[in-house]
Amino acid sequence: MKKAYLGIDIGSISTKAVIIDEKNKILASEYLWTEGNPMEAVKKVLRSLEPQFKKKTYQIVSVGTTGSARKLIGAMVGASVVKNEITAHAIGTTSLYPDVRTILEIGGQDSKIILIEDGVVVDYAMNTLCAAGTGSFLSSQARRLGVEVEEFGKIALKSKKPTNIAARCTVFAESDLVHKAQIGHRKEDIIAGLCKAVVTNYLNNVGKGKKIVAPVVFQGGVSKNIGVTKAFEEATGCDVIVDPNSHLMGALGVAILARKSKKEKEFSFNITDMEFKTIGIECQKCANHCEIICVYKNNQMIDSWGNRCENGAIPIKNKEA
Amino acid sequence: MKTKEPCRVAFPRFGNYHIPLEFLFTKGLGVEYITPPPSTKKTLEIGSKYSPDYVCSPFKFNLGNYIEAIEAGANTLVQTGGTCRLGYYGELHEQILKDLGYDVKFVNMSKANYRNPLTFYNEFKKVNPNLNLAKVSSALLTMLKMVECIDNVDDYVRQNVGFEVHDGEMEKIHEAYLEALKQVETKKDVIKTTKTYMKKLKDVKTKKPKKLIRVGIVGEYYTIMEPFSNHFIEKELAKKGIVIYRWMNVTNSILHYDGKEQKKVIKNYVKYYMGATSMSTVYKTLEWAKAGFDGIVHVKSFGCTPEIDAMPVLQKISADYKIPILYFSFDSQTSETGIQTRLEAFYDMIMMRKEKRK
Repeated sequence: MKKAYLGIDIGSISTKAVIIDEKNKILASEYLWTEGNPMEAVKKVLRSLEPQFKKKTYQIVSVGTTGSARKLIGAMVGASVVKNEITAHAIGTTSLYPDVRTILEIGGQDSKIILIEDGVVVDYAMNTLCAAGTGSFLSSQARRLGVEVEEFGKIALKSKKPTNIAARCTVFAESDLVHKAQIGHRKEDIIAGLCKAVVTNYLNNVGKGKKIVAPVVFQGGVSKNIGVTKAFEEATGCDVIVDPNSHLMGALGVAILARKSKKEKEFSFNITDMEFKTIGIECQKCANHCEIICVYKNNQMIDSWGNRCENGAIPIKNKEA
Repeated sequence: MKTKEPCRVAFPRFGNYHIPLEFLFTKGLGVEYITPPPSTKKTLEIGSKYSPDYVCSPFKFNLGNYIEAIEAGANTLVQTGGTCRLGYYGELHEQILKDLGYDVKFVNMSKANYRNPLTFYNEFKKVNPNLNLAKVSSALLTMLKMVECIDNVDDYVRQNVGFEVHDGEMEKIHEAYLEALKQVETKKDVIKTTKTYMKKLKDVKTKKPKKLIRVGIVGEYYTIMEPFSNHFIEKELAKKGIVIYRWMNVTNSILHYDGKEQKKVIKNYVKYYMGATSMSTVYKTLEWAKAGFDGIVHVKSFGCTPEIDAMPVLQKISADYKIPILYFSFDSQTSETGIQTRLEAFYDMIMMRKEKRK
């Protein structure tokens, strides 16, 4: 039996997972929408991964989770590594591009820039208050224009004269877009303008003060949009590499971390048949009213978090929900 | 306010400085002091509700503290001055509280000068007209010593708490120390009590690795010093086994402030005075960068102009000395997950860099 490792990246918009072997080769992968229900999304991902690889040859011995629901899913699948997405992305990308110096990443709700020297992260930044430079912004604008977001890139490439669209914030961008459409700008020009706006916003907010050095790798869901990739190349003057698996880098990274952790425990796909639920409690022990989340597997509490102090700690002892 | 009512003073919650403040007001000015309850989510909710949305978050915390202090019996509120928006806090707080119908006396110290304690005398007279100058001066001296001692002990805990063998020991002693300080009468007592507890702290078993990770925290006055407002960032970092350095406290920034020296040290980066805490932020960042620290964490409240101005300078220092700097901007609502993600990644980055350098 050969060893395999599972990495799951549960973002706000999409859930990604890969199974790798001991040489980091991807044996199986899946990408689907989280739809506001990370636990269900993970079950779906697992059901899809199961038939993709040879279960007779490989046994998953360690699981890693990353993304904004990493903690919740980590508890659910019994992960040996629960890692933030910045580190996970850096590890994933450097495993494929050891010389990379700049990682541009745009996901559904967040975007980040990671600077690397000699294979080590030396600086990073993540968007804070604004969603203008992210995938969900593009999705909502696609809907407004009556275009599938997957088609965005191709349509943008047709434009010869991208429309100028205010990039400072989604609200401004949206009203600007409506205005430009109403005065007769062509759809492909508006779409190309939007791609440019996303890049401008990203470079001004996330990339602010950071030096972008080649080789540059662009990843995250939005990297599938060739219009944005092109806009990045124009704005930075660098070639921008987009890996065919650019949407899976976080999952790959955390799978590698699970492999390196040496913490092994056989993983079984039967968790897809188990019932998981969470119950939120507002702690009443002081005025902070911490929201404590309790995670239950088949009605047994397996973990809880959210309390700021010891007073709010809930002991795990086979509590019935 | 009914004139016959005895004065019950309150000042916004700020680190552990409510203890020396209580001493000064009760022992020196001879009035009752109401310590506002510790800041919580509720404090911030109340404060935000009645504050302009775009004001910096310390204003909202302060307002919440005032209202909670009034509910606890305070009838005289004190606000300080400052060299940024803080200088206007007092007037606005007073107006908001008046509009809300609170019948309280408001003493605005923005006219007093921190470098000259005598200027406080005139303001104190508004709290208690029958002031005894000798009593006030003696209490003031004891209070200043208390501030120094609190800051010293704080520094020690910050640099060692991450390495204690049994979790929570130092915090318990630290809390007991602050309780004990509430009982002191004289400057001598302050020194003695501090010595006793410092010894207890030093007796706590710690296990430090040979190569220490050192991180310095810089930033805006309130957010850096009030742990609730920065999501207990020092504690979070220390828990990972990091020695935390923080220069910013009342002792360094007011009692022993040396602006000329700061300006000299940072002259290659800053030509003109930039206001509020920004000079000190640049100064300490540069010193720690030169000292080979592993990282700097910059904290501020959202929209804090002087600290925003300091950020490009920090970016330059970061590039010149190859020191990573993590920037945090806190507002009234910030997701805990986002902070955790960034802190974790910062820690990973520092560790990977350290591994690489070996």
